Amino acid sequence: MQRCTARLLTPTIGHVKGIILRVGTTATVPKYYLEDFSTDWTAEYGPRRVSREEIIGFAAQFDPQPMHLDEEAARHTMLGGLAASGWHTCCIMMKMIADGLLLDTASMGAPGIDEVKWLKPIRPGDVLTVRGSVTSVRVSQSRPDRGFVTFLWVVFNDRGEKAMTLVCPQMVQRRHPGAAA
Amino acid sequence: MRYFDDIDVGDRIALGTHTFTAEDIKAFARQYDPQPFHMDEAAAAKSHFGALCASGWHTIAAWMNLRVQYGKREDAERAARGEVIAKLGPSPGFRELKWIKPVYVGDVITYASEVVEKRVTKSRPGWGIVFAKNTGTNQNGELVMSFIGSGFVERRPGTA
Repeated sequence: MQRCTARLLTPTIGHVKGIILRVGTTATVPKYYLEDFSTDWTAEYGPRRVSREEIIGFAAQFDPQPMHLDEEAARHTMLGGLAASGWHTCCIMMKMIADGLLLDTASMGAPGIDEVKWLKPIRPGDVLTVRGSVTSVRVSQSRPDRGFVTFLWVVFNDRGEKAMTLVCPQMVQRRHPGAAA
Repeated sequence: MRYFDDIDVGDRIALGTHTFTAEDIKAFARQYDPQPFHMDEAAAAKSHFGALCASGWHTIAAWMNLRVQYGKREDAERAARGEVIAKLGPSPGFRELKWIKPVYVGDVITYASEVVEKRVTKSRPGWGIVFAKNTGTNQNGELVMSFIGSGFVERRPGTA
């Protein structure tokens, strides 16, 4: 399994290969806790190629609109050709950051998404990278064993265009729950 | 689809229900969100969720599918009445997505959509943007998710 796809642009978090033992997807020893994130954290994951088959496959299951299903029908829509469902782009990005970061993080999921902008259509054959930065880190007031890291994720296509931005607070356990916030 | 000009703030539609099975939850998670609490019953039991629960993206994908199916039924009914079907464009994005309660195995989620805002666009003549608050409610009447989605909708010819 290809796990170390992350290229940390600012190495505030050390990457030590080979010390994480994972059995299936259930036994994980997190590398990263709330304390490991700060507003100078950045990372990049990818590249990830998006195929025509998966665009149509996702659309058929979850978003069966002509612009995501059929090249000829899509040509007559505002998108001007076949493009991935925006939700598909979110899901592809989710998998990239899960594999790149969250599975190694004491993540407790996300309470929501502040905002997503779909800026450019994702076309068959597009190769995506996602760049992440952190806009805030705070300890939960009601539950001091955890906190929130707010990430700004930007998905780029291989033409260097911003295709999607996503702002998401991620709930993360503290390594030292008793420490002062 | 009705024209942008025929849609009113406050318009509410019921989209139907979706039941989440363990198999579907795990299959979705394997492909898109492989965190242990979405993938494995034993790992989920030890997590703060307490049991296997669906990826938040899965709870939204189920909404999207029901929304598209609703649109297809609406268009078929309009066609049968001889009414014009307005074009629905893509979405520029969404905001304020909240995953309020976990969606567990066997939960039956009822989805709805209510128009909260309309805006004409200068950049796209002939189109407007409609904003809707979309919600999912479980079988106990608890809100499990909500977000404000948006989409381009064709304007009635001659109004733009």
